[in-house]
Amino acid sequence: MINKHKFTTILVCAAFSSVFAGASQAKDLRIATEGTYAPWSFVDAGGKLTGWDVDIANALCEAMKAKCTIMAQEWDGIIPGLNARKYDLIVASMGVTEKRKQQVAFSKKYKNTASQFVGKKDAPADTSPDALKGKRIGVQRGSIQDAYLTATYPKSEIVRYDKTTDVELDLIAGRVDLLLANKVTSMLGFLKRPEAASFALVGPEYTGGLLGEGNAIALRKDDAKLLEEVNAAIDTLIANGTYDSITRKYFDFKLM
Amino acid sequence: MLDLQIMAEAFPNLLQGVGLTGRLAILILIFGMVIAIPLAYARNAHSAWLHGPASAYIFVIRGVPSLLQVFLVYYGLGQFEFIRSSALWPIFRDPFWCVIIALGLNSAAYTAEIIAGALRLVPKGLNEAARALGLSWFQTQRKIIIPLAARLALPAYENEIILTVKATSLASTITLLDLTGAARLEVSNTFAPYEVFLTAGAIYFCITTTLSWLLRKLEQRLSIENRGVAQKARELRLGAAAHA
Repeated sequence: MINKHKFTTILVCAAFSSVFAGASQAKDLRIATEGTYAPWSFVDAGGKLTGWDVDIANALCEAMKAKCTIMAQEWDGIIPGLNARKYDLIVASMGVTEKRKQQVAFSKKYKNTASQFVGKKDAPADTSPDALKGKRIGVQRGSIQDAYLTATYPKSEIVRYDKTTDVELDLIAGRVDLLLANKVTSMLGFLKRPEAASFALVGPEYTGGLLGEGNAIALRKDDAKLLEEVNAAIDTLIANGTYDSITRKYFDFKLM
Repeated sequence: MLDLQIMAEAFPNLLQGVGLTGRLAILILIFGMVIAIPLAYARNAHSAWLHGPASAYIFVIRGVPSLLQVFLVYYGLGQFEFIRSSALWPIFRDPFWCVIIALGLNSAAYTAEIIAGALRLVPKGLNEAARALGLSWFQTQRKIIIPLAARLALPAYENEIILTVKATSLASTITLLDLTGAARLEVSNTFAPYEVFLTAGAIYFCITTTLSWLLRKLEQRLSIENRGVAQKARELRLGAAAHA
């Protein structure tokens, strides 16, 4: 009996130490993505994590000659999880903002990004803060769009959700009047669905400022060496055409 | 290690969620109780037509996670056009009422089980004596059985109150800014889940401990008149604790 206990203890300890060893070895990387954000990262019919970000992450690993594990992570905990060393990189179409820069280091930009409202097809095209006074706007909590709406649309009611897909459900149900999200995500994810037939992009594209300076890969601030490797790998993917061929799998336009 | 400044800054923001947590808990408990009383009588009834559905309801509700019940009412019902175009939509549109309905129906099942157990513990002779004195069934229940059963049920119901206060945190999953919702918003602004959730946990702890202390006082007050009943109540609570 005692031996059996000892054996279990050793097993548990071994499992723990391998977890910690994994965090310190540069060539054994763990990558977090979101997993509920089609077409960037989502779980396919077979239960496999897939999407543009997942393909990019795998290509980066190949370029860095690293062995990678990609995992799905709730958005509002994704930065704390990185700093808690649960994973080493965030490849999740994350917008670069001043506020996030205080927490994490960012790679060079790997994608341009724009935000746009989605609403009923017959909704008025004016989406200025005054025009949307009293309207209910759905947004993902902790997203760049959340920061932008909170600062710019004080007269609207901002409703915050865990996931963009939850905002979409409530837009269909009529609990919110509009949603603000990444334009490409809405265009290729939500607006392609039959349930969304009566919805469309509304108003102009928004970029810059609180909406960030494009998307980048997030790392811990003390991982300077890894940052160099990631930046070099991004250059490699763009130079050898991998970046464009992955993009062509999902979109008929360029992302950068 | 622990950033006290973040905790101090988070505290007033989190307190703004306490009011909603309190309102949710109170309305859920009232709604649950209103359904639980007839449900408990049905559960104890001899007729299979009453006993069967009541038992099935309690059995099903207790077997399904409350988070799913909240999602079913909020996202599930919102999916149907006939509900969206019905007169009930203003209620189901509002996440506040969705939580009250989902968790109220949930609390009703547990509360009914507590009340049914307490009703069974009231000695049968009291019922017969009251009827012999010419009291109607309704008068017997109201004047004799329910007051006694209430004392017996109180310790176990105390548990249900505490569990309901904590269950209101599920409201944060459907956009409400209750204490947990306020904490999650604060985390997304500060990126400091440890400090913020710890502060929120401390606030919940203060609420539940105070409640439990108040209820213990109430229990003591009621039990002085009848120590025999208090003894049974303790047994009932032990039973409930073993079941939990």
